[in-house]
Amino acid sequence: MTALLSVEAVSKRFRGLLAVDNVSFRVARGSIFAVIGPNGAGKTTLFNIIAGVFAPDRGSIAFAGERIDGLAPDEICRRGVGRTFQLVRPFPALTVVDNVIIGAMLRRNDPSAARRHAHEVLARLDLFGKRHQLASALTLPDRKRLEVARALATDPKLLLLDEVMAGLRPAETDRLVSVLIELNRESGLTILLIEHVMRAVMALAARVLVLHHGAPIAEGTPDAVVREPAVVQSYLGAEAVD
Amino acid sequence: MTDRLLDGVPRRGLALLAVVLAVLLAAPWVANDYLLTILIIVLYSAYTGQAWNVMMGFAGQLSLGHAIYVGLGAYAAAALYVHFGIGPWLGLAAAVAIAVACGAVIGFLAFRFGVGGVYFAILTIAFAEFARIGFDHFQWVGASSGFFLPVANYTRNDLWTLRGNPTMFYYVMLALTVAAFALCHVLLNSRIGYYWRAIREDEIAARSVGINTFRYKMYAVVLSAGMTAVAGVFFAFYYNNLFPEQVFHISRSIELILGPIIGGIGTLFGPLIGALLLTSLSETMQQLLAALGLDAPGAKQVFYGLCLLVVVMVLPGGVWPWLAGKLGLARRGS
Repeated sequence: MTALLSVEAVSKRFRGLLAVDNVSFRVARGSIFAVIGPNGAGKTTLFNIIAGVFAPDRGSIAFAGERIDGLAPDEICRRGVGRTFQLVRPFPALTVVDNVIIGAMLRRNDPSAARRHAHEVLARLDLFGKRHQLASALTLPDRKRLEVARALATDPKLLLLDEVMAGLRPAETDRLVSVLIELNRESGLTILLIEHVMRAVMALAARVLVLHHGAPIAEGTPDAVVREPAVVQSYLGAEAVD
Repeated sequence: MTDRLLDGVPRRGLALLAVVLAVLLAAPWVANDYLLTILIIVLYSAYTGQAWNVMMGFAGQLSLGHAIYVGLGAYAAAALYVHFGIGPWLGLAAAVAIAVACGAVIGFLAFRFGVGGVYFAILTIAFAEFARIGFDHFQWVGASSGFFLPVANYTRNDLWTLRGNPTMFYYVMLALTVAAFALCHVLLNSRIGYYWRAIREDEIAARSVGINTFRYKMYAVVLSAGMTAVAGVFFAFYYNNLFPEQVFHISRSIELILGPIIGGIGTLFGPLIGALLLTSLSETMQQLLAALGLDAPGAKQVFYGLCLLVVVMVLPGGVWPWLAGKLGLARRGS
């Protein structure tokens, strides 16, 4: 398997804080990869660097064989990277379907084609019945799903999910997990997720990277990573592994 | 194109639109000169409000200096006519080009250097003020003592040189308003309209779905400026006199945006409803005051202020969204 995304020795400093400290990893094409770690470990900063919100101070990022570090967020999206935001940012005064049509318009000039695609994506994420509601009227779990739908509508090769499971009930988590697995299997969508909900990480990810104070402390399969003493001590707590 | 023009418009809305258009087309036969003058002002406000709405209502970029585009358009076409005998339709091309260039400069400075929100609005005021002061000293177009077009005798209408009676100006303004409405409707249902609304709602999220926000904001400013300049050309040839202190004054910019705010920002009908309400109500009020023998200078401004206050408190989304709901015209999806 070739790497779709490769992050090489990336660092980012904010004033005195080294938010991301020499992080390297590769995400294989068609795989699901998770980044975990305690709050403040630099996960979202790492995401924002990949998505083009920040340029890294050092290191490089390649997507599909081309350097993307330092490109603008919209350019990175056009190359095939979709993302969600940890603090959700739907277009509040627009309807659910219009939110997703805007994503679909990236690769479809015709509004009716974009609408059809948006309908398909909404159906997949169980939001079709709510498509005429305003995004601002949705519950938080629905808004999280809407973020996933909007990103998916851009037909990404790589989907970056920033804590989309947070605040979801276990049944909702399982449902979203199965939707993501479906997408991954059917269309070969590569997924990179930041997640606190270990139930989702264990069910989804083939590989896991653990960050602590911005630095990688472990990488491997989920089963192996959760047994590493450094991970247990810094993040999971002893009771999480049984 | 016709598909897009009719895309997602409810039947009832189309019927209503047809009735309104028929009434407007027939108006000159029944209206006296006074009423026709009022209707021209209504259409003029509706058109300029629509142009401003492209920038603020669709793309979320607040301009408080739109008088600059009216003024540049008016002066450009008037100067070409007076000094070189170039007719208004050719002058229109120059007027639009100049306003578009000016909008592009303002947009580029603001968007390239991340000037947003309130600061962007202040920048637009600053440019309008530069223009006002600049034209006050611009001798070639009369400076502060004003610039005058030769006044026509109203014996015959000449559409080519825009010399004629109010009925001709009425139809010209009606055509412009209908064209602006149709254009905005088509744009709103195209990619550009969706992208503008995305930028208005959340620029960071817009970039995350691949929207080049700089480019689409520039489109909005440039289009809005160009459309507004067309109204400026009309203004020059209709009123035949231009004074920098009037044309570029900030109160002109404010008047221009009241219609769409009261009618409903970001809606297609908002600028039309707002213009109709504001102009007709303020005229009625002035007639009433005159009939009562009261002389109250500034009553119009006070009245505008009250209208704004009422709308902001009772219908913050504007009159149109509320009216559309009442008429059962709320936009249905598919």
